[in-house]
Amino acid sequence: MRIFILLFFFWAIPAFAQSPDSSLATNPALENRAREIGQSLRCVVCQNQSIDESDAPLAQDMRKLVRERLKAGDSNEEIINFMRQKYGDFVLLKPPVQSNTYLLWALPFFLLLGGLIWFVRAGRRPA
Amino acid sequence: MMRALLPLIVFIGLGVALAISLTKDPRRLENTLIDEPFPAFSLSALDNPDEIFTEELVQGQISVVNVWGSWCVTCNVEHPILMDVAKDDSIRLIGLNWRDGREKARSWLDKRGDPYDLIVFDPDSELAIPLGVSGAPETFITDKNGRIRYKHSGAISFEDWNTIFQPLLETLEAE
Repeated sequence: MRIFILLFFFWAIPAFAQSPDSSLATNPALENRAREIGQSLRCVVCQNQSIDESDAPLAQDMRKLVRERLKAGDSNEEIINFMRQKYGDFVLLKPPVQSNTYLLWALPFFLLLGGLIWFVRAGRRPA
Repeated sequence: MMRALLPLIVFIGLGVALAISLTKDPRRLENTLIDEPFPAFSLSALDNPDEIFTEELVQGQISVVNVWGSWCVTCNVEHPILMDVAKDDSIRLIGLNWRDGREKARSWLDKRGDPYDLIVFDPDSELAIPLGVSGAPETFITDKNGRIRYKHSGAISFEDWNTIFQPLLETLEAE
């Protein structure tokens, strides 16, 4: 019994904010691509949510646009580039590797390297 | 000596970097659309579903395109400025009614006055997304060739109008 009560509290079912605006229900391949694109685009009016997760009206319209463009035969890149051209890099949830983000991408590796060097040198020193 | 100061130097460097980024508003989107042609669209007039507007609308003359909706609270703040602008017949003010209903939008304007020369009805963000709109009000200035030359996010103040819009419209007129 207790286990059921526990399950009740901890078995959180993920909330899919995606409203039934899926005009691609009959085409699972396109629908999957639509979800994939939606997950990589930021809802520009939310706090770090993708348009796939968000219930904001603008995100709904963006999902609709993604689906319409997929149906029209656009590739994933074409759609993402379209959004990027309109809303800037901010719309991409994953920052692209480019001149102004080299530092961002490289820093963790430098820190790791620095840490390793420090670790090895500190380890060698006699106690 | 240098070794002991290293953490301090790193700390100061980090502090300066963070202080600089604090002065930037991350919600302010980049203006990627400046000097780009106005996006293609085909949408009806607010008061007449049979009257269709396209990107031809902004060709051949300078236009001020204002994104608004009856649900938009800040639009109330901006409205008197637009009414003032509307007094100048040489300025073409186009309304882009965004994510709204025809009746709601009309009654909003009936109550407050209609500053627009014409209004495009965009209930599903068909033009708003290609324009990179993330909130209302937003205002664009397009030149005679139908290219976007300026984007203003948020309500226009009288000061904005006098120091940004007016001079830019004059420059574009002279082009």
